Amino acid sequence: MTNNLRVKSSKFIDETYKISFRFNNKTYYGYKGDTLASALLANGIHLVGRSFKYHRPRGIMTAGSEEPNAIVQLHKNTSRTEPNVRATEIEIYEGLEASSQNCWPSVNFDIGGINNFLSPVLPAGFYYKTFMWPASFWMKYEYFIRKSAGLGKSPTEPDPDMYEHKYIHCDVLVIGAGISGVIAAKTSAKNGFKTLLLDEKPYLGGSTIYQNSEYFKINNQISSSWLEKEINEIKKIDNLEIKTRTSVAAFHGYNFLLARESLTDHLPLHQRYEKIRHRLLKIRAKKVICATGSLERPLIFDNNDRPGILLSSAIEKYSNLFGVSCGQKNVLFTNNDSAYETAISLFQRGIGIEAIIDNREEVDSKLIKEIEKNNIKIYKGYTIVDTFGYRKINKISIMQLSKDGQKVVGSKISINCDCLGMSGGWTPAVHLFTQSGGKLKFRDDDQVFIPDKYPSNQISIGSCNGEFTLDEILTGISKKLKDFLNIKKTDYENLEIQSHFNKTKRNIWLLPSDKIIGKTKPFVDYQNDATAKDIKLALREGFRSIEHVKRYTTTGMGTDQGKLGNMHALGIISETAGSRMGELGTTTFRPPYTPLTFGTIVGRNVGEYFDVFRKTPIHDWHFENKAKFENVGQWKRAWFYPKENEGMHEAVQRESKAARDSAGILDASTLGKIDIQGTDASEFLNRVYTNAWSKLAIGKCRYGLMLNEDGMVYDDGVTTRLDENHYIMTTTTGGAATVLSKLEDYLQTEWPELDVYLTSVTDHYATISVCGPNSKKIISKVIPDIDLSDEKFPHMSFKKTKIDKVKCRVMRISFTGEQSYEINVQANYGKSVWEKCMQAGKEFNITPYGTETMHLLRAEKGFIIVGQDTDGTMTPIDLQMDWIVSKKKYDFIGKRSLYRSDTIREDRKQLIGLVTENPKEVLEEGAQIVADVSKSPVEMLGHVTSSYYSPNLKKSIALGVVKGGKNMMGQKLIIPMENKQINVTVTDPVFLDKENKRLNA
Amino acid sequence: MFVINCPYCGEREQSEFKAGGEAHIVRPKQPTELSDDQWAEYLFMRKNIKGIQFERWVHTHGCRKWFNMVRDTSNDEIKAIYKMGEKPPVK
Repeated sequence: MTNNLRVKSSKFIDETYKISFRFNNKTYYGYKGDTLASALLANGIHLVGRSFKYHRPRGIMTAGSEEPNAIVQLHKNTSRTEPNVRATEIEIYEGLEASSQNCWPSVNFDIGGINNFLSPVLPAGFYYKTFMWPASFWMKYEYFIRKSAGLGKSPTEPDPDMYEHKYIHCDVLVIGAGISGVIAAKTSAKNGFKTLLLDEKPYLGGSTIYQNSEYFKINNQISSSWLEKEINEIKKIDNLEIKTRTSVAAFHGYNFLLARESLTDHLPLHQRYEKIRHRLLKIRAKKVICATGSLERPLIFDNNDRPGILLSSAIEKYSNLFGVSCGQKNVLFTNNDSAYETAISLFQRGIGIEAIIDNREEVDSKLIKEIEKNNIKIYKGYTIVDTFGYRKINKISIMQLSKDGQKVVGSKISINCDCLGMSGGWTPAVHLFTQSGGKLKFRDDDQVFIPDKYPSNQISIGSCNGEFTLDEILTGISKKLKDFLNIKKTDYENLEIQSHFNKTKRNIWLLPSDKIIGKTKPFVDYQNDATAKDIKLALREGFRSIEHVKRYTTTGMGTDQGKLGNMHALGIISETAGSRMGELGTTTFRPPYTPLTFGTIVGRNVGEYFDVFRKTPIHDWHFENKAKFENVGQWKRAWFYPKENEGMHEAVQRESKAARDSAGILDASTLGKIDIQGTDASEFLNRVYTNAWSKLAIGKCRYGLMLNEDGMVYDDGVTTRLDENHYIMTTTTGGAATVLSKLEDYLQTEWPELDVYLTSVTDHYATISVCGPNSKKIISKVIPDIDLSDEKFPHMSFKKTKIDKVKCRVMRISFTGEQSYEINVQANYGKSVWEKCMQAGKEFNITPYGTETMHLLRAEKGFIIVGQDTDGTMTPIDLQMDWIVSKKKYDFIGKRSLYRSDTIREDRKQLIGLVTENPKEVLEEGAQIVADVSKSPVEMLGHVTSSYYSPNLKKSIALGVVKGGKNMMGQKLIIPMENKQINVTVTDPVFLDKENKRLNA
Repeated sequence: MFVINCPYCGEREQSEFKAGGEAHIVRPKQPTELSDDQWAEYLFMRKNIKGIQFERWVHTHGCRKWFNMVRDTSNDEIKAIYKMGEKPPVK
C-alpha cells in the first residue's frame, strides 16, 4: 500500500518533493506539506496508537492540535526523543522517525489489550477504590501502577537543542489567521496599529483556505480564492508581523500572553544544527483579538473510537488540503449541515460515499439537495448504535431515533464502510478567552458556550465567538472592528456573501443505543478512555461538581485536555443530574493550550545560567588554590581549602588552629555593605538598631542588632562612623538585599522627615580579613604608614589609608575573637591586596580559611549567626544578649514587642552552650534536646543550632536553643539519636577567652 | 502579570515590583504607651479584602521607591496609584 490514497494533487502539497520517514520501523513516503497524519493516511494507515487504560486500537481522529489519539513518540532512544507528539501537527521531514506509544510488543498486537476485556472490572475510580488498603502497601502498588501508566517515554539525556525567550510589545495582537483573523489583522495594520498575527499552522487562512465549494462565495468569488488575495495583501503590510507555526499557550491578565514559535521542528535533521528550536514569545499587547476558531464535536455512541472514525471536518481537510482520501467507502454521521460540506467535497473528488446518517428528521438545504441529487442515501432521523472492526472500522449498524431522541426504534440496518466521519456541531475555542479571566455564557439554541464578559481590552471574533457560518462571520465583523479599534471605516463594509448552510442542529449529548448503557462503550474522552458510563457512575456515587467528576473519571485530563469531549461530559452530567448546562459551569481552562516542552519554558536559563551566581573579586584565587565552594544566597563562597589528602574535617581543623596560633585570612567581600549618609544618619541608626549610636565617635565601629517590629532578631553586623554624617553598615551576606529594602521602607514611609540616603556598596569593595596573634605584624608589612599600636588603632576603630596608591579603609573588628584587621579596598584591587597579604604573611604561615572555619571560630566565642542560631523566633533576650538592648532609648524597631506577654515568658527557647560528656563526640546540628526520656511522649526542649569539634579547646562544642535554658547552667540533658543517647551539659555559650584577652594579644 | 504605572518611572512589568501589604497602617508614634492588644492590632491585624484594597508596592528593580496602589483583588484591576504621603484618590 503506497500512496494509493492520494486522490488528487493539492496546491498545498509539493509532489515533486518526496520525503521518506519511518513509522514503527518501516519506511514510508510522503510529500513536502504533509503532516505525519496525512502521510500515514495516504499510506492507508489509520491505526497509530493504543488507548491509555484499555489499550484499544486508536487511529487518527482529527487534523489539528485537538488530536486525542494519534500521539506518537519521536526519535525513540535518542537525546531528541519526544513523547506525545500529535501526528496531526508534526510536518514530515527527511529522517523523521516516529513510533506508537502505550503498546507492547507492537501497536498491532498489544498485550495490554487484555484490559479491554477486563473493562467491566475497571470502572471510574478503580485505582482509588482498589489500592486504598492497607495503606502500607501503597508503595508496592504504586510501582506497578506507575509502570503500566503513562503514554510516551520522557528523554533520559540532556536536551541538545537551543531555546530562547523574546519579549514582544504590540498595539494589536490577532490570534488565529483564519478568515476572521486575516481580516482583523489587515484592518488593524492598515490603520496604523503595530500588529502581530499568530497562527499555529504553517499556512494562513484557517479552514476557509481549502474550501472549494461553489456554495460559499464572497463578492462572487469562491471563499478560498477571495481569502488568498487578502493573504497576499497582508504579507506586504509593513507594520504587520506574521508568525506561523506559533501556538499561543497562555493568555494572562493585563493582555500578557505566552506563545511558542516553532522554528526548526519541520526541517530535515541536518538543517537544524545550531539553530534555535523553539522561541517562547512573551507578548504584551494593548489590544487582543481572539480569532481562535472552533473545534468540531464528535458524537457519543457505542464504540465511537475505532481507527477509521474521524471528525467529518478532518476528512474534508485531508481531502482538500492534503489530497488524501481517508477511505474509499465513507459514511458520514451528523446532527447538522457541516457533514454535507464534507460530502460535497468528497464527491467532487470522486471519493466514494456509502451513506449519510443524519440525526435530524426533517431538514432541507441546498447542500442536502445536492447530495440527494447524486443518489447518495441519507438516513434522516437515524443514529449509529454500534461499529465493528478491531484494527479498523468495517461496518456500522444504525437504527431510527424516537421522536424525543431518547430511544431507538425499528430494526437495525448494517452498512459496510472503511471510514466514518462524525459531526456533532462546533465548539468555540474559548480556551484563551477564559484563561484571561473571561466569563462565558451558554447559548441554548445550539448548545455552545460563547464569550460574555471581557476582562481586558480584547474581543473574540468569528467562530470562537459562536459565529459559525460565513455570512454570520462576515456581516458583523466590520462594525466590531470599527468599535474595538476605534476607527471610521474598514474594507469589509459591503461584502456580498453567498452561504448555503442550514443552521438547525439536533443536539443529543449521548446518543441512545439498543443496549443498556452498562454494555456499551461510548467514549467521551478518547485519550483517557473515559466513557459516558463512567460519568454516570460518578454521578451515581454522589459526585456533583464538574471539577470532581473530571478528576474522578479523568475526563479531560489527557495531553489534549479534553478539547473534543469536555462539552459532552458537561452535557451528560447536566442531563443526568437534571440541571441546566449554563448553571453547571465548565471545568477551568488552564494554560498551556497545547503542551510546551520544558526546553521552551526554560529558554537560555540552563547549565551555569540556570541560577546565576555571584563571585567575589578574589574568586579566581580561591579557585586556583583548590577551594571548595559553598552557596550562600547567590554567592559562591570559599568553604575550605583542602591540601593534598585532606577531607573537610582535616582542612577545617588545620585552618582553625592556624588562625588562633599564628594568622588566618578570610575573603569577607560578600558581607552586605550599605553606605549611609545624611544629617540624620545617627538618629536613623538609633531607630533601627537596638543599641545607642548617637555617641559613637568618628572613626569608631560598633556591633548592632536589628529586630523586626515583632521583636525578633533580623540581622546583625558592624557599622562604622566614617564621618559626622557618614556611616558604613555591614549586614549578613544573605540579608544584604532585604535589610536595605527594609531600611528604605522605614525611611520612605514612616520617617520621611529624616535626611538620610542609603546606597548599596556591597559589590564596590573587596573585604579581606586578617586575624590571629601575628595579624598586626602582617598588616604592618602591607600598610607600613599607619601606627598599628593598640593605643592609636584600638579594637573597634577604623583608619583611612592607602596601599601603594590605592585608597582603602581598615577596620579593627573581629568575628573570631582574635586580634584582626579588615581591609576594604575598591573591588578590582581585591585580588592584588589579598596576594600582598599572603606574601607578607608567608613567614607567619598565614592560612586562608573558608566559611566553615569562620563558623567554628565564632562558635568557640559564642557569637551567633543570624539564620543559623536564630530562626525568626528569637529575641535578643532569648539570645542572652540583653547587653545590646538599650534601656534608655525611647523607641527602636521592635522595642515594644520585647515586653509583650509572649516575649517576656521565662520558658522561651534560649541560646545556651552544650558540651558533650565524651569530648570527642560531635553533635548533629538540628538534633533534638530533651531532659527526660522515661515519659512518652518525650518533651522536646529545643535543638542544636551549631556544632563543631574545636581543635583549640580539644573538645566538642555546640550551641543550641532550649526552653528556659538561661536558668539551666550546669544541668545535664540528653540528645536522643537513632541508635544512642548522647549526654550533654548546659554551659555558657562562650567557650573560649571569656575575658577577650586575645583581641589585644 | 500586571503592568504597574510607577509614579516615578512610568509603566513597567510587575516582575520589577514587590508588594508590601496593606497601606495606611501608621506606625504608632509612642509604642511604649500602648497596651499589648493595641500593639498587636498594629503589628498583626491585616485586612484581606475581596474587592477594593489599598496596598503598598515598591519598585524593587527600578527606582526603589515605595508607593500606594488601589487594586480590586477580585479582578486585579488597578484603580489608582499615588505617592507615599498623598491622600487616596478614590474611596
